[in-house]
Amino acid sequence: MTSAVADDVPVPAVAHRAASRRRRFTTGKIVKETLFYLAVVIVVLIALFPFFWVLRTSLLSNSQISAGVGGANGIIPSHLSGAAYKDVFTNTSFSFLDPLLNSLIVSLATTVVTIIVASMAGYALARLRIRGAGAILGFILLAGFFPVLAMIGPLFLVLRYLGWLNSIWPLIIVYLVYTLPIATWLLKNFFEQIPAELEDASLVDGATRLQTLRKVVIPVALPAVFTAAILSFILAWNDFTFAVSFLTSTSHFTAPLAITTFGQSQYQTFYNLIDAAVVIISIPIALLVLFAQRRIVSGLTAGSFR
Amino acid sequence: MTANTGPLREGTGADGRPARAGRRSLVKRLTPPRKPPRSSKQGRPAAVGHARETGDRRLGYMLVAPVVILLLAITAYPLIYNVWNAFHFDNLSYGNLPHNFVGWKNFTTMFDSPQWVSALERTLVFTVVTIVFDMAVGMALALMMHRRFRGRGFLRASILVPWAMPTVVSAVLWKTMFDPSAGFVDYILGAFHPAWSSLAWLNISVWRSWVAIFIADSWKNIPFVAILLLAGLQVIPNDVYEAARMDGASAWQSFTRVTLPMLKPAISVALIFRTLQALLVFDVIYIMTDGGPGNSTESLSFQNYNTFIINTDFGLGGAMAIILVLLALAVSFVYVRVFRPST
Repeated sequence: MTSAVADDVPVPAVAHRAASRRRRFTTGKIVKETLFYLAVVIVVLIALFPFFWVLRTSLLSNSQISAGVGGANGIIPSHLSGAAYKDVFTNTSFSFLDPLLNSLIVSLATTVVTIIVASMAGYALARLRIRGAGAILGFILLAGFFPVLAMIGPLFLVLRYLGWLNSIWPLIIVYLVYTLPIATWLLKNFFEQIPAELEDASLVDGATRLQTLRKVVIPVALPAVFTAAILSFILAWNDFTFAVSFLTSTSHFTAPLAITTFGQSQYQTFYNLIDAAVVIISIPIALLVLFAQRRIVSGLTAGSFR
Repeated sequence: MTANTGPLREGTGADGRPARAGRRSLVKRLTPPRKPPRSSKQGRPAAVGHARETGDRRLGYMLVAPVVILLLAITAYPLIYNVWNAFHFDNLSYGNLPHNFVGWKNFTTMFDSPQWVSALERTLVFTVVTIVFDMAVGMALALMMHRRFRGRGFLRASILVPWAMPTVVSAVLWKTMFDPSAGFVDYILGAFHPAWSSLAWLNISVWRSWVAIFIADSWKNIPFVAILLLAGLQVIPNDVYEAARMDGASAWQSFTRVTLPMLKPAISVALIFRTLQALLVFDVIYIMTDGGPGNSTESLSFQNYNTFIINTDFGLGGAMAIILVLLALAVSFVYVRVFRPST
């Protein structure tokens, strides 16, 4: 029943473990194992080293950066300072706090709307045998593939007409194009796996469908709802395209958009400032990934084939 | 919103038609086989069951409506609007000039523009190089993550982190890495050859700018390919490999004869996602080079953004957007045709 959230399929585990115990350690095996672990180390380094480098740069002063890498400013510099982090919040033309709050508000609101709308639709598509369910699912999938850049022109005109340009609120609606397709598919797939008897008991007791959805189905589907919420939050938090197209004044910027304005002067890029902002914006996402790795992996894949 | 319902309804029809052929088979493959309908075995009188059935269906439409309406409003409505704009004059920088019908003029302007044509070429080359490289590396990573070993969870988390980051982060990360004085790349290259210790990458050399963009883009997006492929690997039953081994297949043979064919659905999904992403590449370029040096790293999406938002030319932009949508549809359609289940 929980196979949508149990991310790896542990069927061959026992057989595999037995096989590996039987395996004899020949020289060839050892060389192979060493090469494998070497490859793993290289992959992990490529994935994570740039983060270390950005953290390092964010802790340097301007003069240290322009002096180049080497000497006292080696891979691990002898002198570090957190000045850039303070500057990001105080010393620039605007504080990074506003964009961070904007991003948080928009991403959370998008997540809430996504969960409500997608669980309703997911339930209907999984359970209520409506006509044209296949076509609807196909359309939802197709909408997820729609070129974002093709939408911004007309949406810009609409927002301009409504006087909603340079406001974070319309973003909540347009971000749904990122979140709704994957969330609806994921929840629909999960609802399908919940045994029908569970609902029948509640329905026979005289509860309506909506009550059953709220009181019985959603609580059982909580892991999937949680996964959909995490993915929605990440997708909304990461948007750049809509923000750069519709927002013009810095106090209304979202965090990813604000980053691009930090540390830019006409002649020089101050990497310590811009990298400090990058470190700050990366932390919530990195924490989410660390704590919900399995959920994210299963969520990404449950939407596509299961 | 009420003002929009007119064009919205039209949108369903016009949007649906070109897509339908490709859509059906894609959905068929991605949808799990339909479960047999639940019969009313629960001993409930048939009449009540029937009444609930119709009630359910009505409720079903009400529950599905918000998703459909919202997604139509964000995708189909702009598409229709683009089609209308593409045949009209609509440029905000000319003040309130009337939006006259101009026929194919926006399209001819676009096709006659060497800038746009070279952006098209660049985007296509970038897409091909990207999918070949990303699929190969993604497959290697998936096989790596599929193996059971100590530290697999850590490997997975490390691979997932770049994917989860905003594109802004990956772009700024690699912009820092490639900077001649702040960066790591020139520092390490300098260890091999002194002349390489201060290579300028971004906005100076055209091909080095593309290399930097390519690396930043692949670094962020390969993990997604890898995870889709990993999920495909996990549903291949182990006895298929056992059987292949019994028949004396080598590791390579069992990869090409067992793994790859059984991975076909996963590969097709990963290919569609990745190709569309690469074809629509925008924010990495915007942040890393802003299209420079000159306009040598401008992609189709980048020019579309410039036309819409910077030049506020919604007629020409609409024409460009239609080409983008057609390209995206063509790609999905071709993949769905090629990867149709062979049975």
